[in-house]
Amino acid sequence: MTADASTILKSRVPDGPLEQKWDNCKNHMKLVSPTNKRNFDIIVVGTGLAGAAAAASLGEMGFNVKSFCFQDSPRRAHSIAAQGGINAAKNYQNDGDSVYRLFYDTLKGGDYRSREANVYRLAQVSANIIDQCVAQGVPFAREYGGLLDNRTFGGALVSRTFYARGQTGQQLLLGAYSSLMRQVDNGRVKVFPRREMLDLVVVDGVARGIVCRNLVTGKYETYSAHCVLLATGGYGNAYYLATYAKGSNVTAAWRCYKRGAFFANPCYTQIHPTCIPVTGDYQSKLTLMSESLRNDGRVWVPLKQGDRRAPEQIPEAERDYYLERRYPTYANMVARDVASRAAKERCDSGFGVGDSGKAVYLDFSKAIARDGAETIRKKYGNLFDMYAKITAEDPYKSPMRIYPAIHYTMGGLWVDYELQSTIPGLFVLGEANFSDHGANRLGASALMQGLADGYFVAPYTVNNYLGAKKPPIVGTDHPEFLKALEETKARVGKLLAVKGTRSVDSYHRELGGILWDYCGMARNEAGLNAAIGKIQALRTDFWKNVRVMGTPENFNQSLEQAGRVADFLEFGELLALDALTRKESCGGHFREESQTKDNDTLRDDANYSHVSAWQFTGTPDGVQLNTPALHKEPLSFEVEKPTQRSYA
Amino acid sequence: MSAATSSPTALKTPGSDSHSGPTLSLTLKIWRQKDTNSPGELKTYEVKGISTHMSFLEMLDVLNEQLVQKNEEPVAFDHDCREGICGMCGVMINGQAHGPDLTTTTCQLHMRKFRDHDTIVIEPWRAKAFPVIKDLVVDRSAFDRIITTGGYVSINVGSAPDGNAVPVPKENADQAFDAATCIGCGACVASCKNASASLFVSAKVSQLALLPQGEPERVRRVQRMVAQMDKEGFGGCTNTNECEAACPVGIKVENIARLNREFLRAKMITR
Ligand SMILES: Cc1cc2nc3c(=O)[nH]c(=O)nc-3n(C[C@H](O)[C@H](O)[C@H](O)COP(=O)(O)OP(=O)(O)OC[C@H]3O[C@@H](n4cnc5c(N)ncnc54)[C@H](O)[C@@H]3O)c2cc1C
Ligand code: FES
Repeated sequence: MTADASTILKSRVPDGPLEQKWDNCKNHMKLVSPTNKRNFDIIVVGTGLAGAAAAASLGEMGFNVKSFCFQDSPRRAHSIAAQGGINAAKNYQNDGDSVYRLFYDTLKGGDYRSREANVYRLAQVSANIIDQCVAQGVPFAREYGGLLDNRTFGGALVSRTFYARGQTGQQLLLGAYSSLMRQVDNGRVKVFPRREMLDLVVVDGVARGIVCRNLVTGKYETYSAHCVLLATGGYGNAYYLATYAKGSNVTAAWRCYKRGAFFANPCYTQIHPTCIPVTGDYQSKLTLMSESLRNDGRVWVPLKQGDRRAPEQIPEAERDYYLERRYPTYANMVARDVASRAAKERCDSGFGVGDSGKAVYLDFSKAIARDGAETIRKKYGNLFDMYAKITAEDPYKSPMRIYPAIHYTMGGLWVDYELQSTIPGLFVLGEANFSDHGANRLGASALMQGLADGYFVAPYTVNNYLGAKKPPIVGTDHPEFLKALEETKARVGKLLAVKGTRSVDSYHRELGGILWDYCGMARNEAGLNAAIGKIQALRTDFWKNVRVMGTPENFNQSLEQAGRVADFLEFGELLALDALTRKESCGGHFREESQTKDNDTLRDDANYSHVSAWQFTGTPDGVQLNTPALHKEPLSFEVEKPTQRSYA
Repeated sequence: MSAATSSPTALKTPGSDSHSGPTLSLTLKIWRQKDTNSPGELKTYEVKGISTHMSFLEMLDVLNEQLVQKNEEPVAFDHDCREGICGMCGVMINGQAHGPDLTTTTCQLHMRKFRDHDTIVIEPWRAKAFPVIKDLVVDRSAFDRIITTGGYVSINVGSAPDGNAVPVPKENADQAFDAATCIGCGACVASCKNASASLFVSAKVSQLALLPQGEPERVRRVQRMVAQMDKEGFGGCTNTNECEAACPVGIKVENIARLNREFLRAKMITR
């Protein structure tokens, strides 16, 4: 059903043994001379960990950087909300950690669906990230001796996670933001907040600029540069209810896709096991309870189906600590996809708790009895407060109720080893690319990847691109810029012209429902086919009946949201198509047709050990005809041969 | 977000039904302003069937959905994370920045704090340095410009020593962390009768003054940041401490005392 294009994607993984590849790559780069750097303009879209770190680093190197985000300040990017921590192979705890072990855990956690060389590089640069952040004044948690403290995260048997209470993302992002503002002070970076990127401008096959909407004035703006870096985050909000910030979107990545960048593995979505359950249909988002809580919290459900007693009234002997029972080695610290599916299985079998029966307990009573409430408060105080504010229940007294929710997306724009997409001059960083986490991301490794890409990878590879290609400058008066601008205006105009009766939000909720039901924690062929039909019908209805208020040349949040939902309605179909095409289970992608006798994921390495990269094959004005073309990047593993993943 | 400072009131019996519950009918008086240069006014709206489990912003979502149905423009308000950490949200609720709940952002305020038939007045932050953009949305870019003048450590990527090379006493690290949790929402400015940004500036100056990494630029930092604060049109601090009461993350006014000390110290050193 899908065109199986024959192009082999060039991953450009350097030669040499795994541990020397990155050095080899760096040693052979073409560099722009120090005095010449000021003659190169670079656009960085996104100010999360990946974007802020990249913009700051490139500014430090001497390039002219323009940095864009849709919030009112770069400091508010979605990365700010990360709670639990960031991994690094420092082995400060002397518990046997190493670059190799971090590499191995991450590769295995991703269920052998990531690119081996990328994962190894990630582990290699992880230690530098911690040094960099400490030097910026990031107040990581410390022990009484004044040295850095660590905690354990899922999928690992060592303590390698650095943290700042339950606000690690905030502290790391404020660190990156401070470096960014230092470069603003130095005149190397100019920031453009409240701008939404609505298109990529490609001239002669090379990325040369962007079209934005100024969200305050509503005016359209175009910017040109020698290359464009996209660090616009993940697409989990396609599901509507997710742990993402409300503004997170696929628009920037989707526009690049439509201009020729391949989209890789869109069906790899992460469903986080510990989130506050859904309570009502007014709900606008779901809130994560950090994975770090599983260090001290024990997950259980009643042994008896439909047991409606309050948790305190259920004696020890009548509780099923199902993760400890099924996975004695990793117990409560199994990888996320495993923990999520186990919770779903218990609830589907009638053991769930709470009103809806769609929740399990996360119980701290043993840890509180052992360490005292004060110790627990010091570690997780802000998370417990947040839980109490949202649910009006006191987690110090009774267990939290939790359920899985959409939290992260491993898929993203396809990039080669140098983080360059299939459009030359377009680099993709952080959650927006697909490269390092395979089919499941381990906890505390997104922050690591975002900062690795931004501080330690892209600055080198972008320098190399500019040094080797020396692309000439193209002005915003070039016909391609004017064309892209007109197309953007026309698209926005179309949205306002529908003047239907249904609100944008109602479409978004319905799309989210379809994706969650058919393309959530368990997927099958019939369901995915149904989902594709439903999404197509919903999209048709959207363009007939949506009501977008206000005018274009104005501050207009309805219009912003409408554009994002319109793109999610197209993207959602690709997500389902990718899930349909991958007839194996791996990591967070669970195809019911492909499971072990214990209901675990069953990979099919013979047929699916590849990255699926989708190419837009529609008309120039953006209508997809038939189906997009599927390209495959084969995955080979030189060092760690894939095995059936086990956390038992 | 700060630990231990907030104890949520009226916690329910564990395990009891958390979904059903009373609903509220409310009268909302909301500031509507087309753009920076147009005059604004309070307009009155009625909402019904508001679940007490909703967040304040979800209540505004319900209102906006109603307005769209009636072909009226929805109320503009800033928000993003909706979990109290990004600092994007923030409105005056019955004259209080972020509303009645201590150490709680607008997005984390829940409707169980209100009673049936309450009238709620909702206005934007009011300060010369924060011009209104539309309805409840204001321009806080002055905060970014203040950070630009020194709210950082001058360290280039690649030149950092090992993370454990310089031990930091735990108490200092913890205090620096407490100051560093500022979310930059602007509630301190909005609640201050002088519209002073002292709490915001003091949080960053304190964080970096408490850490060895901040030491080399200590003098220059405080002088430049204070000068920029004045230039942006924020008022002076007269120690009324409204900022601390309004701060959703519990930043303490002792940071302002430290800011003053740092400023004096810088003056003595550079004299
Ligand atoms: C609640 C929560 C907790 C988490 N905790 C952890 C954790 O403990 N450890 C961990 O490793 N990971 C964690 N993660 C994951 C991690 O936070 C993210 O994957 C990561 O921060 C993404 O960073 P990023 O830089 O790629 O993108 P983001 O931080 O999402 O930034 C995207 C940027 O792009 C901009 N942008 C987007 N679209 C546009 C557009 N169209 N035009 C202009 N600008 C645009 C935005 O303004 C923003 O600046 C957590 C995630 C969540 C949701
Ligand atoms: S929306 Fe982020 S703090 Fe309220």
